[in-house]
Amino acid sequence: MAEIQSPLGKAYVPGDHGNAAGGVGVTIRERRNLSIIQVTAWSDTIPAVLTAIGSATGLVLQNKAGLGRVAGEKSVFGFAPGRYFIVGATPELELRLRSVIAPDLATIIDLTHGRTVIRVSGPRAEWVLSKLFAIDFSEHAFPIAYGRATLHHDIHTNIQRIDDETFDLYVFRTFARSFWQTLGHAAEEVGYRVE
Amino acid sequence: MIIKCPYCGPRDVIEFTYQGDATRTRPEPGSADQEAWNRYVFDRTNPSGAHREFWLHGGGCRQHLLVTRDMTTHAISSVAFARDAVKSATGERK
Repeated sequence: MAEIQSPLGKAYVPGDHGNAAGGVGVTIRERRNLSIIQVTAWSDTIPAVLTAIGSATGLVLQNKAGLGRVAGEKSVFGFAPGRYFIVGATPELELRLRSVIAPDLATIIDLTHGRTVIRVSGPRAEWVLSKLFAIDFSEHAFPIAYGRATLHHDIHTNIQRIDDETFDLYVFRTFARSFWQTLGHAAEEVGYRVE
Repeated sequence: MIIKCPYCGPRDVIEFTYQGDATRTRPEPGSADQEAWNRYVFDRTNPSGAHREFWLHGGGCRQHLLVTRDMTTHAISSVAFARDAVKSATGERK
């Protein structure tokens, strides 16, 4: 099977960058080899779809705006009414979802090749991301495992909070290198490490 | 201007696109009443005060919203999903 190439290319430079005087404010890395599936329920099938997602992934959600769950490499989160990202390291994730979600329950789209996932973690993660996105990143407004859909300029981004100082950003693959460079500029002030 | 999306919560107006006056009534598709079509397409009341309008939250949950906004102060008094508002007005099942 052909190896998936990262769109970050030469912009992905491991090591420490920016202002090193204060230590490493954030660590950024690309999460690779994931399956990223979007499931969109019909308006009257949301509870049944959530049950099906739970049976396929082991991650059970309630029908609540932005709610998500994280377990190791696996994660699920809502970002619009009836719309969910289901992410995992399992290559057959899409097939597994299709086996429990018929077309009369929801539509399923494999976005694996369409999104790049950037993990931002560290004590200054909220600070750095607040420069880019006009949403509240504090934990009371954006709890752990919840998802958000927002914009950085015209780059639509889905964001999930993984823990108190870690966020996963899902950006369009074709904009990923540009976004990566912007993220680096935003993080220079606090010092950042690329893993 | 901040619009409080029913799903996403308060978001900056840059995430939204204005989609027009929500107070218009479309004539029946088969209607040949030129005056009614003219009113529907061109006439706007442009009130100074509360106004119902459609917005699209394209930079977030991508839902169409029905917003009531004061045209003078830009104060927003209500935001709802457009599909819910339209369905409850027409008695259609949600």
